[in-house]
Amino acid sequence: MPRLLQLLWAQLSGPGMVLKAFFPTCCASADSGLLVGRWVPEQSSAVVLAVVHFPFIPVQVKELLAQVQQASQVGVAVLGTWCHRRQEPEESLGHFLEGLGTLFSHEPWLQLCRERGSKSWNCKATRRQGPTPLAPACEDQVMLIFYDQRKVLLSRLHPPAALPERQAGDATASAGGLAAVFDTVARSEVLFQSDRFDEGPVRLTHWQSEGVEASILVELAKRAAGPVCLLLACLLSLVSAASACRVFRPWPLSFIWSKLSTCEQLRHRLDQLTLVVSAHRAEGPAQLMRKANTLVSVLLDMALGLLLLSWLHRKDRFAHLAEALVPVADRVAEELQHLLQWLMGAPAGLKMNRALDQVLGRFFLYHIHLWISYIHLMSPFIEHILWHLGLSACLGLTVALSILSDIISLLTFHIYCFYVYGARLYCLKIHGLSSLWRLFRGKKWNVLRQRVDSCSYDLDQVWRAGIPPRTGEGCPNWHQAAVGAPPLDWRRGYAVHRDLALHHPDFPASYHGPVLPGVHPAPAPSGHRAGPGPSARGPHQLAAAVLAWPPAVPALQACGRREVPGPGARGWPAPAPPDADKPSALQPRGAHLPPPQLWLPPQALLGFPVPQAVLRGAHLPLEAERGQAGLRARPPARLAPPSARCQGGTHLLLPLVVGASAGPTRRISTRLRSWGW
Amino acid sequence: MEDERSFSDICGGRLALHRRYYSPSCLEFCLSCPRISLRSLTAVTCTVWLAAYGLFTLCENSMILSAAIFITLLGLLGYLHFVKIDHETLLIIDSLGIQMTSSYASGKESTTFIEMGKVKDVIINEAIYMQKVIYYLCILLKDPVEPHGISQVVPIFQSAKPRLDCLIEVYRSCQEILAHQKAASTSP
Repeated sequence: MPRLLQLLWAQLSGPGMVLKAFFPTCCASADSGLLVGRWVPEQSSAVVLAVVHFPFIPVQVKELLAQVQQASQVGVAVLGTWCHRRQEPEESLGHFLEGLGTLFSHEPWLQLCRERGSKSWNCKATRRQGPTPLAPACEDQVMLIFYDQRKVLLSRLHPPAALPERQAGDATASAGGLAAVFDTVARSEVLFQSDRFDEGPVRLTHWQSEGVEASILVELAKRAAGPVCLLLACLLSLVSAASACRVFRPWPLSFIWSKLSTCEQLRHRLDQLTLVVSAHRAEGPAQLMRKANTLVSVLLDMALGLLLLSWLHRKDRFAHLAEALVPVADRVAEELQHLLQWLMGAPAGLKMNRALDQVLGRFFLYHIHLWISYIHLMSPFIEHILWHLGLSACLGLTVALSILSDIISLLTFHIYCFYVYGARLYCLKIHGLSSLWRLFRGKKWNVLRQRVDSCSYDLDQVWRAGIPPRTGEGCPNWHQAAVGAPPLDWRRGYAVHRDLALHHPDFPASYHGPVLPGVHPAPAPSGHRAGPGPSARGPHQLAAAVLAWPPAVPALQACGRREVPGPGARGWPAPAPPDADKPSALQPRGAHLPPPQLWLPPQALLGFPVPQAVLRGAHLPLEAERGQAGLRARPPARLAPPSARCQGGTHLLLPLVVGASAGPTRRISTRLRSWGW
Repeated sequence: MEDERSFSDICGGRLALHRRYYSPSCLEFCLSCPRISLRSLTAVTCTVWLAAYGLFTLCENSMILSAAIFITLLGLLGYLHFVKIDHETLLIIDSLGIQMTSSYASGKESTTFIEMGKVKDVIINEAIYMQKVIYYLCILLKDPVEPHGISQVVPIFQSAKPRLDCLIEVYRSCQEILAHQKAASTSP
């Protein structure tokens, strides 16, 4: 606790209770007068708030005290007299002061007296022992305690936390003692509004008499603060209205604003300034502190920004910066080109997919070329732009730093483009590979349910994924699988993935985008009917190495079963291909091929030729099918295994049996890519 | 009334206990620590300057010597302002509270005030201080939540560290006033 109380003197005088008189230090040098304050009987303490000077009219004093009492709910009264004597004693004053006791009756009546220039004080507190004015008076022991009125008043800013309920006892009484003093002083602000220098009827001395502010500059600043704040608030409201107007709303602009950190910073600064110059008073100490903190941080920011600005302007640094910019950009572009040339060759001895290398390398080189041309175009204007942007440092160092960061991001935009391209392609490959991975585990992405379900694949679909059976026997039919089963060739997919991974070395893909059909090479099995085609020739040493799944499939093939159950199936090793590393060309699909689709036709339509099935509504989605099912009364027809229809069969709906353990028991069929072959 | 007695602290230095008795309910103790001795000041200054001179002979840079002088002066000022305590005062007013004041050699004063309602008791406690067992006077504060608990222990005369005889003097007077205060508060 700071030094608020100072015990000066305690007088031993006669029997009686100890009376504590709290006296403000600012009144110690005041002229003689009346003591005005509050009497707290529970602690027998008198809190003196001010001194009323001569001459005064008693009626007016009583009126003032009544007003203060009404306004502040504090029981302010005249407590006694204060006498500050000159060197020569004034006897008449003494009698006069004693006579005042009859005018303003108060129990006990306090009489404080001090010799000017000496440190000794006289304190007397008299209490009448009877109702009549002539009853004998007894004196109490007085303890005079000095307190710093301004600090006690201002300490109300942070009211103490409410104490928990206590049992009634002596603890509450004395704990409330000091709190009562603080409370009294804090709530009597109304009394401190008029001063002895004011022209009112009553002249008071209290802490304000020392001067409301020590310096006239601070006082003037306080008076001027009001109109200045109003003006600034108007300007800021104009600025915020302008920034919120609809010109800046449409999509490209709003996207750009959200990406630039300068705009973010400016908005933040606008909010801060609005808070600081707002005309509303702060409601509580927390808000006041927030306002004060914001103001100090804004001022500090602006000071640092102005410092930076003065440093930049001093030695023509803008010109130096502008001159240094273009060679640095050239150097960066040169290094990037070297890197790309290296990647297009045989980086670190790896053998790469030559075509993909060339494509990506040339693409990125062209980007760099474009970017360098723009930089060279802009080089005459850079100095002016930098100079004008440097002016924004007036708003604060943070704004200048955000502009710097924006400039850097704009200058390295091409590198960001490289990252985006690389990341996108990488994500596509990852997605494809993950579908393949799911295939070999016997699972599938269920689009309707948005989850991974187990699924038993047809052998042909598994072949399509690029893993040939060991014996080579099996269905010669090449069916293009639906998108639900991945259409990628595993080996090719992995090689391309490796190349792409090298082409964007910095950033791992963190999100999965949609799979773009047509990017990946699709094997075109036209004309290949028997045995594995060149597309499936592969490898699959790689696939074998990667996949340990499903070894039971060759066993099932050997047994002649066409259907492969989903979960629990295991992989098999594949023979080594002769030329696994030869890249195969991307084969575009024919223009007449419609995109693959996965439908769930009703059970009744299984086994029907496609045109007929379409007539019956097989092309409708499942939800519509449910509606139609109610209209159809035909029982579902079981079909013989469609192996007999394989040869020459063109339009068939093949059933697929889903794994028994989990997943839906619905029969899922795929439509043939019969148009493809 | 006032009286003054001399005691010694735990290291053997001379202490002066100045007691002022204002009333049965008000008492003030002032413990004066020994001043900074010329011998220790000279010793520290000489050590610092010898070390600076040694560095100077190594580096041949006269800035070291002026830096040593500045460091000595600043160090002395800092020591006097932040570390060296001249007096420690304990003021007890039974209806108000207990106030502890430490006045530093540079004139700085720091005050702590505890309301009487929070004070549970004043006791002499033992502590292990380095290799010694010492006694110290402390104030026990009440716990607002638990009526018989203690929330805090506030030691008094921490830098003076008087011995047990001095502490007993202070302890007796404090207990008289506290008993007086308890009697006054419990009586209707």
